[in-house]
Amino acid sequence: MAQIFHRSTNTISRVSLFGVVFVIAGLLWLIAQVHRSPWSTDAHVAKEQPIQFSHERHVGGNGIDCRYCHTSVEASRFAGIPPTKTCMNCHSEIFASSPFLRPVHDSFEDDRAIEWTRVHDLPDFVHFDHSIHVSKGVGCTTCHGPVDRMPLIAQQHSLQMEWCLDCHRRPEAFVRPRSAVFSVSYQPPANQLEIGRRLVDQYQIQKLTNCSTCHQ
Amino acid sequence: MRAPATPPVIAPGHTFGTVTDKITSIVLTNKTPLGWWAGFLFVSMFAGLLAVSLTYLVLTGVGIWGNNQPIGWAFDITNFVWWIGIGHAGTLISAILLLFKQTWRTSINRFAEAMTLFAVVCAGIFPLFHTGRPWLAYWMVPYPNTMNVWPQFKSPLIWDVFAVSTYGLVSLLFWFVGLIPDLATLRDRATGRASRMIYGMLAMGWRGSARHWHRYETAYLLLAGLATPLVVSVHSVVSLDFAVSVIPGWHTTLFPPYFVAGAIYSGFAMVLTLVIPIRKFYGMEDFITMRHLQNMAKVLLVTGLMVGYGYTVEAFMAWYSANRYEGFMMWNRMTGPYWWTYVLLILCNVVTPQTLWFKRVRGSVPALFVISLVVNVGMWLERFVIVVTSLHRDFLPSSWGRFSPTIWDWSTYVGTIGLFLTLLFLFLRFLPMISIFEMRTLLPAAKVTEEA
Repeated sequence: MAQIFHRSTNTISRVSLFGVVFVIAGLLWLIAQVHRSPWSTDAHVAKEQPIQFSHERHVGGNGIDCRYCHTSVEASRFAGIPPTKTCMNCHSEIFASSPFLRPVHDSFEDDRAIEWTRVHDLPDFVHFDHSIHVSKGVGCTTCHGPVDRMPLIAQQHSLQMEWCLDCHRRPEAFVRPRSAVFSVSYQPPANQLEIGRRLVDQYQIQKLTNCSTCHQ
Repeated sequence: MRAPATPPVIAPGHTFGTVTDKITSIVLTNKTPLGWWAGFLFVSMFAGLLAVSLTYLVLTGVGIWGNNQPIGWAFDITNFVWWIGIGHAGTLISAILLLFKQTWRTSINRFAEAMTLFAVVCAGIFPLFHTGRPWLAYWMVPYPNTMNVWPQFKSPLIWDVFAVSTYGLVSLLFWFVGLIPDLATLRDRATGRASRMIYGMLAMGWRGSARHWHRYETAYLLLAGLATPLVVSVHSVVSLDFAVSVIPGWHTTLFPPYFVAGAIYSGFAMVLTLVIPIRKFYGMEDFITMRHLQNMAKVLLVTGLMVGYGYTVEAFMAWYSANRYEGFMMWNRMTGPYWWTYVLLILCNVVTPQTLWFKRVRGSVPALFVISLVVNVGMWLERFVIVVTSLHRDFLPSSWGRFSPTIWDWSTYVGTIGLFLTLLFLFLRFLPMISIFEMRTLLPAAKVTEEA
């Protein structure tokens, strides 16, 4: 009787035996990577906006304080997107005839809100509060990146829960003096941990990692 | 050896050749019996019903079942425990009886292991689909994730994940290892090219050398040794789903051994239910003899008495505890709205098996078949009584409720029976239902004795 399997089957069986392990391990690794990548988190992805608003020009160029537009950031859970009225404070005169600003003028005349595209969009089962972070010494750029150098706003971090928890578990690595919260040029000093620990004490920062902190 | 009065485990007059012929001829035939086709089509219809039920369940939500507050668990968990319990006889027969060197296990072990596997498949459906969001079930697995969240290892439901998945895996491994020499036999006997290739691949190059056999026996014994504590622990873990809680009627230290006894009880009943028609249909009376049926009947009797002891202790402790909730729980089981399930349970599980004391009953195939069916029903009722009657009336009278199953509760349950039987039919057609190589070792010709 002829052999059922050709001699080459030996190689195939050996390769498949070892291959399967690597293929499965590789697949699991790939899934984990894709899940953390911008492809899934939208980090570093500049999104299409109705108006090409440039933070680089307004913050970096003109030196406008964050709170001029995002007025409620110290008092409310939401930092707020400025209404058309805020834009018109200046742009009723400055570049008033620019075609780039057409939608702003339209919005002002028609009394219709500009439909900005939200870039930092947490799911609604997460209750994020801006005011508490600002008052406990978390700077804008820690979470939102160098906004003053962004022509188009893009998310800088994954906003995944592991990213939140990393700071909630060791806030001393990220916290800065309250006076520097709105500084876009602030860089963490070399002795950040030392200063951070002091600030954690001073601001009475609790390491809140229980569910009810965010998932109320 | 026992006195020759006991019937043999294999009818006299067989040789290596006849045993192999008889078992392989069922698999290696081009003429599938008409009865197989009829049965397969019939049961696969019910497997289809399961697919429909589960699809509708996922699309609509668990609210299509009759579960409610306070009865959050009903048919789903009843069926889960029932199926897991049925699976346990397979491992008992293949592992524990192997450790005890019981030769009568040989002609039923392959079949019982397959039954275990298919029962675990059916059981696994329920923990997965009784959740409101089955697509997030992988969250019960500990893996590094972007949420930095891990499962709660204090929950017996997480232990269930580990217990059932380990049990399924070890059972599969045990079954497959047992199949390898037989797959080699099928490979060598098959005539078609495709079937030779398929059985050849599954046999993984088994040549049956002395070195193969030596290692094989060691591995098989080790697996049996590993599977034995699994049988005991897996159903204990399942019982802890209840025993860990604070519910009167659930919070009982008796549950782990009592559930395991019940599992073996229901499992053996299921083996009998299936083996009796199959041995008749395929003419396997030479291999699955009256000795097997009688031994299984004895196991039924013993485990039935253990279960009966469990019921007695539960009732006794309800009174002896002087706890009014515990006392009421038992009173409610016996006289409440579900009294008839409790009465039926006692009739099926405690009264019926007492007939097995009689040799005449143990020797009668129809009687054994009927008793095994009754026990299957009884063990289902036991889980229903434990789950539902404990939940529907507990501490607060303002949270008393009632449960009535919907059509989807029934269709899912019947559907899993369909899936189980579908898999069983496929197993009977494509794999040897009796371990050929182990049967060969039972033949007189395999014995090397001083006289010979």
